[in-house]
Amino acid sequence: MKKYIGKRLAISLVTLLIVIFVLFLLLQLMPGSPFNDERLSQEQIAVMSEKYGLDQPVTVQFFRYVKNLCKGDFGVSYVISKDTSISVLLENRVPISFGIGGEAVAFGAVIGLILGILAALKHNSWWDTLCTFISVIGVSLPSYVFALALAYFVGFKAQWLPLLYDGKQFFASSVMPMIALSMFTVATVARFTRTSLLEVLDSEYMLLAESKGITGPTLMLRHAMRNALIPIVTVLAPLVVDLMIGSLVIEKIFSIPGIGSLMVTAIQSNDYNVTITLAFIYSVMYIVLMLIVDIVYGIIDPRIRLAGKTD
Amino acid sequence: MREKILSIQNLNISFETTAGMVNAVRGVNLSVYRGETVALVGESGSGKSVSAKAIMGILAKNGTIDSGDITLSYYRQEEKVTRDILSMDKKEIRRHVNGKRIAMVFQDPMTSLNPLIPVGKQVMEGMLWHYHTPKEEAYQKALDLLKLVGITDAEKRMKNYPHQLSGGMRQRVVIAIALSCDPDLLICDEPTTALDVTIQSKILELIQEIQKRKKLSVIYITHDLGVVAKVADYVNVMYAGKIVESGTVNEVFYDPKHPYTWGLLSAMPDLGTEDERLYTIPGSPPNLLHRITGDAFAPRNKYALKIDSRVEPPMFKVSDTHYAATWLLHPKAPKVELPGELKARIDRMMKEGEHYDKTGKQ
Repeated sequence: MKKYIGKRLAISLVTLLIVIFVLFLLLQLMPGSPFNDERLSQEQIAVMSEKYGLDQPVTVQFFRYVKNLCKGDFGVSYVISKDTSISVLLENRVPISFGIGGEAVAFGAVIGLILGILAALKHNSWWDTLCTFISVIGVSLPSYVFALALAYFVGFKAQWLPLLYDGKQFFASSVMPMIALSMFTVATVARFTRTSLLEVLDSEYMLLAESKGITGPTLMLRHAMRNALIPIVTVLAPLVVDLMIGSLVIEKIFSIPGIGSLMVTAIQSNDYNVTITLAFIYSVMYIVLMLIVDIVYGIIDPRIRLAGKTD
Repeated sequence: MREKILSIQNLNISFETTAGMVNAVRGVNLSVYRGETVALVGESGSGKSVSAKAIMGILAKNGTIDSGDITLSYYRQEEKVTRDILSMDKKEIRRHVNGKRIAMVFQDPMTSLNPLIPVGKQVMEGMLWHYHTPKEEAYQKALDLLKLVGITDAEKRMKNYPHQLSGGMRQRVVIAIALSCDPDLLICDEPTTALDVTIQSKILELIQEIQKRKKLSVIYITHDLGVVAKVADYVNVMYAGKIVESGTVNEVFYDPKHPYTWGLLSAMPDLGTEDERLYTIPGSPPNLLHRITGDAFAPRNKYALKIDSRVEPPMFKVSDTHYAATWLLHPKAPKVELPGELKARIDRMMKEGEHYDKTGKQ
């Protein structure tokens, strides 16, 4: 197991380095510069480029960037909020996005699992039909439709929950964006749980476990769910990243000061460091999650953990 | 004195499918005595596995038992108990029957073990579940069982996962699991079909040996007459959800009465078969979606009488142990000789059998 984790970790680090390099190159290739203002003269642009080190060769810039990155310094913003350190810029936004995203992940996974398990256990009943119906709606309707519907009925008409994001009552104001965000996850997890559990329930080892006399939660948890979880973990991981990073549309609807909207602004205004940092965070999360998924696989499935071991 | 431990009476099972109701089992009668081996033979879809699953209470969800009794006799603290399995609910069957009284060995060892649990734990599970055996004791017993079923290096294998074992080894583990709670009856549902031939005979010998040692009764479900001849005391030939001929191995193999049994025996390759084409029974089994009137085998039977298409034949008695459901046994039926080809084959089998008996006695 240790060797397995070590191998995954090494692969993750290499991936991360490549990601930074590609990101950096892509930004260099992007048209325009942070100083696109027509009022700026050539001299002024030259002065500013020199100030931020943008006049130096790309390789020099890259290594300087990586060096600073290792120290935890993401650089400063050029446009959005001039000369503010990016850590400061993100300080307030990241916890909000991650908070709502985390809630959405938990909500989506739990509700999705429950729906999927019910559908599989009561296969071909009205429960099953209901779950399929919810899944289809969740997958096919974009999240902003849910967001608008929730905002209108729950927030505006019934006034049960605050319409807009409010830092002072984080939880209450995050419920609607959380539900809107997680509908796709609920649907996907429910669908995969249903399919995967049905397949397991139909398997011969379940028949063998039953013919041993095993019943109830032991049968379901020890024999069925553990086997059914493997494909579910696979689909859940990328969804987690999507939810954590937030969605521009949802942030706009509920006026949440998250990182989704920051990303769009940064790209539009050629704010190199902000764009790169956000893309970097996105990649790191992805890589970390994939690492976690790989480790979870290893824990659940001995066929992966013991792969390559001759015995 | 033979002691009856399982008796199936007039069992009827049907399945609800999208195409309609399928009558998979139509009035099966079967008795199993302590220490004896009964074989259920028939082609795919004849209802043999379904009958076994009904005994275990593991029928698929769309299957219902329409009528019949399955009575099981066992001893609880020296006291004989007789219960009708079909009147018990699922929970009761799991608690009192599955694993403890009747255990099952499935067809495909590649898929019948849980891939995520070490095999040792899977053998121990039944004991821990039913008897709350202390862990060390269960471990020791599981280890002994693995040794009993011929797994070398058992201590190391206890920790292995199914994917680390070969097919034959896995089937041995499945047998060890079946034996873990000392059942009275073992149901083997085509236990060797998924294994290669050399492993097949080893597994069969293993089951026979354990059966002798533990006074187990065994029901073999198979379509392989070779297996039947090797292991069974009694043979029940099933066709279209019914038992059409039953008797001792010698009776069914050397003196078959039902034309379907003739067909099965003729279709079995043996060493004496010359270059000629192997016999196949013409046609295919009837669709059980439709009600069957008369003898289900009649359309494929060249010896069919007129009455076969109208009235279902009852079980005619040939001897105390030998019965067959064919109108040919009716006193008024025309005399029909065994096909010559089959007769020659039976003669060969008998000679071979005598040879084995002699060499066996030496």
